Amino acid sequence: MKTIISKISFFLVLGLCLGLLVYMGIKTFNYASAELEDDGRFFTGMITDGGGVNDQSFQESAWKGMKEFSANTGAKVKYIECSQASDFFINIDKFADAKADLVWGIGYKLADVIEHAAKVNPEINYAIADYSFGENTLDNVTGVVFRSEESSFLVGYIAALTTKTNVVGFVGGIKGMVIDQFEYGYRAGVAYGAKQLGKNITVKVQYAESFTDAAKCKAIAIKMFDECDVIFHAAGGGGAGIIEAAKETGKYAIGADMDQSRLAPKNVLTSAIKDVGKAINIVSSKVMNGENLGGKSFSYGIKEGCVGIPEENPNIPEDVMKKVEKVKDDICREEILPPGTSEKYESFIRSLA
Amino acid sequence: MHDISREYAVQMHGITKYFGPHKVLDNIDLDIKKGKIHAVLGENGAGKSTLMSILYGMYSADYGKIYLSGQEAHIGNPSDAISQGIGMVHQHFMLVDKFTVLQNIVLGNETTNFFGVLNMRKAKKKVLDIIEKYGMKVDLKEKIKNLSVGMQQKVEILKALYRGSEVLILDEPTAVLTPMEVDELFETMNSLKQDGKTIIIITHKLKEIKKSAETCTIIRKGRLIDAVNVDDETEQSLAEKMVGRQIKLFVDKQDRVPGKTIFEIKNLSVRCERGIETVKNLSMKIRSGEIYGLAGIEGNGQTELLQCILGRRHADAGKIIMNGKEIQNTDIKNVLDSKISFIHADRHKYGCVLDMTVADNAIMEKYREKPFSVNGFLNHEERDKFTKQIIETYDIRPTNCSHQKIRNLSGGNQQKLVIGREIANNPDLLIAVQPTRGLDVGAIEYVHSTLVNLRDQGKAVLLISLELDEILNLSDKIAVIYGGEIVGEFRQNESDEQKIGLLMAGGKEND
Amino acid sequence: MTKNIIKFLKTNFMCTFIAVFLGFMVACAILLITGYSPSLSMAVMFNAVFSRAKFIVNVIIKSTPIILTGLSVTLAFKSGLFNMGAEGQFIVSTIVAAILGIKCNFHPFIQIPMILCAGVLAGAFMGGIVGWLKAKYGIHEVITSIMFNWIALYMCNFVANSETFHKPESDGTFPINRSGQTLLFYDWKFSQEGRDYLQAHPILNDIILKTDFNLNFLIAVAMAILVWVIIYKTKKGYEFRASGLNPDAAQNAGIDVTKNIFYTMLISGALSGLAGVLSLTGSSTPVLHVLSVFENYGFNGLSVALIAGASPVGCIFAGLMFSALIYAGQTLQSKIGTPSDIVNIMIGTIVFFVALVRIIPIWVNRYLQKEERKNAQ
Repeated sequence: MKTIISKISFFLVLGLCLGLLVYMGIKTFNYASAELEDDGRFFTGMITDGGGVNDQSFQESAWKGMKEFSANTGAKVKYIECSQASDFFINIDKFADAKADLVWGIGYKLADVIEHAAKVNPEINYAIADYSFGENTLDNVTGVVFRSEESSFLVGYIAALTTKTNVVGFVGGIKGMVIDQFEYGYRAGVAYGAKQLGKNITVKVQYAESFTDAAKCKAIAIKMFDECDVIFHAAGGGGAGIIEAAKETGKYAIGADMDQSRLAPKNVLTSAIKDVGKAINIVSSKVMNGENLGGKSFSYGIKEGCVGIPEENPNIPEDVMKKVEKVKDDICREEILPPGTSEKYESFIRSLA
Repeated sequence: MHDISREYAVQMHGITKYFGPHKVLDNIDLDIKKGKIHAVLGENGAGKSTLMSILYGMYSADYGKIYLSGQEAHIGNPSDAISQGIGMVHQHFMLVDKFTVLQNIVLGNETTNFFGVLNMRKAKKKVLDIIEKYGMKVDLKEKIKNLSVGMQQKVEILKALYRGSEVLILDEPTAVLTPMEVDELFETMNSLKQDGKTIIIITHKLKEIKKSAETCTIIRKGRLIDAVNVDDETEQSLAEKMVGRQIKLFVDKQDRVPGKTIFEIKNLSVRCERGIETVKNLSMKIRSGEIYGLAGIEGNGQTELLQCILGRRHADAGKIIMNGKEIQNTDIKNVLDSKISFIHADRHKYGCVLDMTVADNAIMEKYREKPFSVNGFLNHEERDKFTKQIIETYDIRPTNCSHQKIRNLSGGNQQKLVIGREIANNPDLLIAVQPTRGLDVGAIEYVHSTLVNLRDQGKAVLLISLELDEILNLSDKIAVIYGGEIVGEFRQNESDEQKIGLLMAGGKEND
Repeated sequence: MTKNIIKFLKTNFMCTFIAVFLGFMVACAILLITGYSPSLSMAVMFNAVFSRAKFIVNVIIKSTPIILTGLSVTLAFKSGLFNMGAEGQFIVSTIVAAILGIKCNFHPFIQIPMILCAGVLAGAFMGGIVGWLKAKYGIHEVITSIMFNWIALYMCNFVANSETFHKPESDGTFPINRSGQTLLFYDWKFSQEGRDYLQAHPILNDIILKTDFNLNFLIAVAMAILVWVIIYKTKKGYEFRASGLNPDAAQNAGIDVTKNIFYTMLISGALSGLAGVLSLTGSSTPVLHVLSVFENYGFNGLSVALIAGASPVGCIFAGLMFSALIYAGQTLQSKIGTPSDIVNIMIGTIVFFVALVRIIPIWVNRYLQKEERKNAQ
C-alpha cells in the first residue's frame, strides 16, 4: 500500500514538473511574440552609474526628471540600475535592443561606455549628464554639464553668514572636475561672505574617495564637526552619512544634488541643487521635437534653473535670505562669476582683495 | 532463550537491528543472571558493541524486547539506562582532562543545595564510601591528565557506580591496559560481583574471558552462535565458535639463524612537540631474517621513535643506520629509498587515502618511478596491471575493486592492499606498527603469516605493537620500551610474560 | 522501470539538475510572495538568454572569467585548500595588466603575450605568497587570502587614483593601448566596410558589433581541459590529490606535501590571474575602475566550483549557467522591474541545494536496499 502511494506521488511530482516546464514554454512563446510590438511612443531610457535610483541624490533627481518628462509628454521612460562597470555596455545596449529614441547616461563614469555605445548604434541618440566630450563629441551624442559652482557659491555664502565658529567644512566624493566645481564654488562663496562680514572664515576640505561609502563620510564629518558647525557635501550617496552626522551632533549640513532637507529637517541648512531632472526634461523635449542636438554640449546654471537652492529654507533667517537673493541675481547678471577650478578660484580671491 | 524471570539482571530477547540495508543484529537473545560476570565475545564488526549500545540506550533496536529484573524496560537514551541502573565504561574514556577525579565523577549528576550551589562534601562522602567498599585506590584530588590509563578506567567505573549502576558494561576494557593493570581490573570486577553487581564485558580476547568471566555469549556476523559456561570451553573451542572455522591461534614458525645487522639505532634522543625528551638515548640492532618486537604501552616514545625514523621528526642526538648509511634527519623519500617500508598503525590516517581508488592507493610510493609515470604523466595501464597483481597475490575482495574507492573495502582488505604495496617495494626492513589493529581473526592470521614469510626470505621486520600477545607470538627478539628507553631485551625462548609485563609498567627487571 | 528512474536520480548530473530546479522553485515562490508573476519572470529570463544571438554570445563572454576563477578554486580544492583569494588574484592581475597595457605599446604579437604573461604571473605571485605562508608557517590560507583580497582592492584603487594612470573625469585609469586588446574584428567592425557588411548580415551584426567579441572563452575551455589533465593524468596532479585528501598518508608515501601546497596555490593564482587579465583585454572599455566593493569574479568562482562539484569540466557548464543567471537577472530588472536580488537568491539557493542534494544518493540507496530487503523476505 505504502509503495503504491509513494509511486503515485513520485509520478505526480514528475508530472507537475513537466507540466510547469510546458506551461513556461508556452508563456515564453507568447511573451516573445508580444515583446516586439513597438507602440510608436517616444522612448527614452536612463542608466545609472553605480548608485540606484533611490540614492536620494543625483540618480534620484534624474529619474524624477524622467518621470516628469513622461508625465508632460506621454513618452515612455525606463531605467536600468547597474553596479558593475564591466556590465555598463551590456545594459546600455538593452535600450538599443528596445529601439529607444534617446538614451541617457547619468554621471561622468558612463562617458566611455556612452561613447562606445554611440559607435555601435549610430542610429540612436545618446546623452550624458555631467560630462562633455568637447571638440570630439560624436554626431549622435549630446553632453550636458552643470555650472554647479554657482549653486555651490550660494551655499558657501549662506554657510559664511551662518557659521558661529568661523570654521566650515567641505566633504567631497572623489576628486575630479565635477567635484572641483562644488569645492571651489563653495570656497569662493564662503570667502565672498566673509569679506562682506569682515571676518576670517576657514574652510576644511576632505575627500571620502567614494560616492557610496556613507559610513566613511559620517566618520569624516563627525571628526570635522569638532571644529566647524556647517559642512557642505558633494559626496553623492555618501552624503547621507554627513547629514546623519549633523543630526547626531546637532550641527548643520548642506545637501547636494537634491533638496535633502527631508533627511533631517532641523539639521539640513539648505541644499545645492543640481537639477539634472530639469536638464533631462529640456534636452529630451528638444530631441522629441526633432531638434538635432548631436555633437553639441550644453552648460546649464542658475539662469536656466538647473542649479540653485530650494525655494523653502526654514533654517535660514529672512534677512539672510534677502542677501542670498541679491547674490543670486548678481550671478544671473554675470556680475559675480563663481569659479569652478582651482586657477579661477585663485584669481577670484585676488579680485576680492 | 530463557523465560522472563526476576533472577536475571538483563534479558534481551529477539533483538534485531538494521544499519541501512545491513542487518547487524539478527534475532539475538542474551540472558544474564544477577551477580555474574558475563562476556560477550565476537570478532570486530560482529555486532557485540552494537548490542551493548542498544542496552545502554544509544541505539534503539528495530525488533526485540529488553527486560531488567523480569520487568520490560524501555531504554530510549543513555539517561534512561543510567536511571534504570545500567552503567557503561566506553573504550575511549569520557573524562574532562583538566578536572579532578572527584569533579569528573560528580559531573552531570551534581548534588546541589536549595540554591543550586554545589555540595561537594556530600558527594565526596558518597564516593569515598564506594571506594572503601570495593577497595579501589584512587586519589580524588588528582587531575585526570596526571593519571595512568588504568586509573582513568577506575574513575570511569566509579562514575558508573556513583550513579547507582547495578549492571556495568565494560567495552574492551583491557585493550589499553598493561598486564598488571588487567589483573587489578579483574580484582575490582570480582569485588563488585561479590556485592551482587552484574558485569558485562565485551571483548575478543579469549585468555581474558577464561580468566574472568563465568558465562559467555558468542556472536558472529550479527547472529547468536552460542551461550556457554566458560569453564566448559577451551580457548581453542571459543575461538572456533567466534570465527566459525578451524584456526591456528599460534603461528607456525621455524627456527632460523638471523643474518648480519642491517638496521641500527645508536643513542637516539628525540623530543616531542612539547619539547620533552620522549626518546632517550635509545639503541637497538635488527638483523636480517629476524622479527624484532618492540613491546610497550602507548605513549612511551613509540610514536616519536617512528616519526624520527620516518624523517618527520628531528633527532637531537644519535644515529639511525640502514644498510650502513646514516638516515637520521633526512627526508621521508630518502628513508623509503634506503629500502625501509612501513605499515602504519592507523591505516586510515597514515596508510592510505580513503577517497582515492584502490589502484591509486596501490601506486602511492611507486607513482614517481617508471613505468608508472613517464615524463610527468601517469601510465594508468601499468598502474592497473600492478594493482591487479596485488589483488590476486593477496586475495583482496572483491576482486574487481581496483577502480572503487578504497573506503569501500573492509578493514582487512585495506590492510592487505597496504601490506601488498609495501612488500612490493621489496624492502630490506619492514616496520609494522600494530599491523593487525581492528582486523578480524582470519585477517590477523593472514597478516602474521605474511610477516613470518618475509622473515623467512631473509628480510628484517620491526614489529611495534601494544598487544603483548602478538609480540610474544611472532618475534624472534623482544625489546620493551618504557619512558623512551629500552628497558629489557629477550630472545623469544627466554621471554616470560610476567617479566615483560612488569617492565612495560615501569618495574625493574630484578624486582 | 521505476527502479531505473530512481537509479538515474543517483547520478551526479541529475543531483545538480535537481538542485538547480529546486533553486528555481524557491525563486518562483519568492516572486509569487513579492507579487510578481513567476511564469512571466521565468519567461523573461529564458528570453534574456536564448532569444537572440547577441545574448548567447554575451553570456558566453561573461562566463569566461568565472569559469577560470572556478577552475582556480577547483584546483586548490583538489589539494585540500580553499582559495578564497581568487578575487584578490584576479584584481592584482588586472592592475599589472593595466599598467603594462597603458605604458607599453608594442606590436600586438608582443604586447598581448606580454600582458597575458604579466597578469598570470601577478596572480600566481599572489597565490604563491598565500601558499608559501601556509606551507612554511602553517598560516591558514583562508585568512591570508581574505587579507590579500583587501590589499589587492586598495592597491587597485591606489593605481586607479594615481596621477600617472587616472583619467580625469572618470572613475578609472586610461584605457590600455589598442595593441593589448584581445578583441576580434574591433577596428573592422567600426570601419565603413565592416558596417556595410554587418548591416547586410543581421546575425553577425548581433554577434560581432553588439558584443565585445573575443575568443577568450576558448582559452577558458582549454584551461578546463588542461586542469583536468593536470589533476587526473599527471604525476603532479596525483600528488595534489593525495596531499589534499590525506596529507599525512601522502607525506608517509614520500610526497612533499608542503611543496605541493605552494605549487597548487601558484597554479591556482595563475588561473585567477588569467581570468583577470582576459577580462581586461577582452573588454571594449579596458580600464581599471576604482572599486568600492569587490566585483565578485573570484567569489562567483567559488560558487561555480561548488555547483560544478569541483569537476574542472563541470566548471565550464556551471560558469555558463551562472553567467546566464546574472545576465538574465539584469534583464529581469529592466523588463518587469523585479529586483535583481531575486537572481542572487536563486544562485544562493542553488548552491545551497547542490550541497543538500548530495543526500539524494543516500536516500536512493536506502530506498533500493529497503526494496531488496523486502524482496528477500
